[in-house]
Amino acid sequence: MTTEYHDLIFERSQPGRTGASLPDSDVDAVDVQKKFAGHLLRDQPAELPEVDELQVVRHYTALSRKNHGIDNGFYPLGSCTMKYNPKINEDMANLDGFQFVHPYQPEETVQGSLQLMHELQEDLAEITGMDEVTLQPSAGAQGEWTGLMMVKAYHEQKGESRKKVLIPDSAHGTNPASATVAGFETVTIPSNEEGLVYVEELKKYVDDDTAALMLTNPNTLGLFEKDIVEIASIIHEAGGLLYYDGANANAILGKTTPGKMGFDIVHLNLHKTFTTPHGGGGPGAGPVGVKEKLIPYLPVPRIEKQGETYVFNSEYPQSIGRVKGYYGNFGMFVRAYTYIRTMGAEGLSEVSESAVLHANYLLKKLEPYFDVPYQQVCKHEFVISGARQKKLGVRTLDIAKRLLDFGYHPPTIYFPLNVEECMMVEPTETESKETIDAFAHVLGEIAREVEEEPEKVLEAPHTTVVGRLDEVQAARKPVLRYMSDKTQES
Amino acid sequence: MNLPKEFKYSEEHEWVKEEGDKVRIGITDFAQSELGDIVFVELPEEGDEVEADEPFGSVESVKTVSELYAPVTGKVVEVNEELDDSPEFVNESPYEKAWMIVVEPSNKEEMDELMTAEEYEEMVSED
Repeated sequence: MTTEYHDLIFERSQPGRTGASLPDSDVDAVDVQKKFAGHLLRDQPAELPEVDELQVVRHYTALSRKNHGIDNGFYPLGSCTMKYNPKINEDMANLDGFQFVHPYQPEETVQGSLQLMHELQEDLAEITGMDEVTLQPSAGAQGEWTGLMMVKAYHEQKGESRKKVLIPDSAHGTNPASATVAGFETVTIPSNEEGLVYVEELKKYVDDDTAALMLTNPNTLGLFEKDIVEIASIIHEAGGLLYYDGANANAILGKTTPGKMGFDIVHLNLHKTFTTPHGGGGPGAGPVGVKEKLIPYLPVPRIEKQGETYVFNSEYPQSIGRVKGYYGNFGMFVRAYTYIRTMGAEGLSEVSESAVLHANYLLKKLEPYFDVPYQQVCKHEFVISGARQKKLGVRTLDIAKRLLDFGYHPPTIYFPLNVEECMMVEPTETESKETIDAFAHVLGEIAREVEEEPEKVLEAPHTTVVGRLDEVQAARKPVLRYMSDKTQES
Repeated sequence: MNLPKEFKYSEEHEWVKEEGDKVRIGITDFAQSELGDIVFVELPEEGDEVEADEPFGSVESVKTVSELYAPVTGKVVEVNEELDDSPEFVNESPYEKAWMIVVEPSNKEEMDELMTAEEYEEMVSED
């Protein structure tokens, strides 16, 4: 009989069981009751699970096998760029010289690490068409916030206090969130019937209170904002700045740059386009690049090359300051640098070609089964709508659940907000034709099920460890920590 | 579609019920069914001013967060605090238990801009 190991590790606990024998302590015991004030002490002992080593190994191995990741299946989660992360990245990040450095080490003892960071800054500046890059922000949203704080500093330096940040209705939710946290008011710009920024409408919103426009290009519908040069000049003429949300950079590598399009600030998600770990906490990395006029406001310390030596330089009085402890998520820099240097300029350009080709190929294959709200050539991702299926009583959520039965991670659903019953699909460049064909076939089958045997979809998933989780209860009354019967009683 | 005839409706899917000098406001049955299960409702406080076509709060469902747009300008005189603990009322009883705010409109003419039940029904069936 196979043991399934569904239990929580707490439920495996047996009093007195242990996985390690510690040597006798060679320092005197401290009586915490005497040493610390009462309010700092727990009321009850911590309920730590008492288990042996093999139980720990089996428990976590079982959990990991219930997980879904890019290493065990297709993961077309739109806007997230769930591409394969080459294992050579891990080999490089695990080199002793990178792995065991400490951020407090003197500069002269970490020259290699500083060189890698400096060269990565230069590479990212070239890829984005920017003049200077900071690596500090720890993810895309923090990059957005960092960029917007520089926007604010830039306007304030000119004696202006501009309050408005313009954001299209198809934008990532982080854009308005970052703008609000940075102290701006957000103004939503409607899209036109082609799914692009409505330029005539945009003009109505732009005035001398416009601090910046935030834009993703290609946008979240996977469509290229072809009017970007005109949009840029409208914003610049009004004295505003252009912010590029780099979440969709996988579509444009080596083809164009945000700099050429007229953007002043860019963030990149290394955990999307540049193959650093993604999901489960990453950690992420969201470097920000800027054009020359914004260089004085970049976070400090900046990493610079002075002669043959790499140094940290904080002598920038107009800087917005430090945005992250130490210097950012260094392990991610090693992986992204490895990726860029193993791919080379031509390789990166091919990445975008394949990503765009794969998305268009998959879109064509799905066209017979689903509504396609925007009939255009897409970039690295596309949206389809489950409106046809909804009329038959099956929602996009149900289709996503049914995909789990076939071992696929579903696409992003119900985003962007301007498409009904939306599915946003991003196959990425690293998947084979066979994988894409198989996925298209399964979605076609599910569309057939919706028409012929809808219960099968409505009751999905059938093959997973747990069925439909109660998302509503989880949001309304979340249980945020383990409580045994014993704790709950007291 | 469940749309009380005596109410008026806004393009942003709010219903408005006239009660003497005041109006009671909530979101339509159509809106709640599009949003899915509501898990959180954020409303203004008594005494706050709301402005027509501007956000006065938000509703969060398992799918998304949506802003609530005021159908009329005026002062908030009552807020349904029960929705704090029971956001599910929005799904279960959008026109009764899940009223959101009562407003004293400062410009009665704004009421004429709102749609009748028939007009609202026509608008949502076009989508």
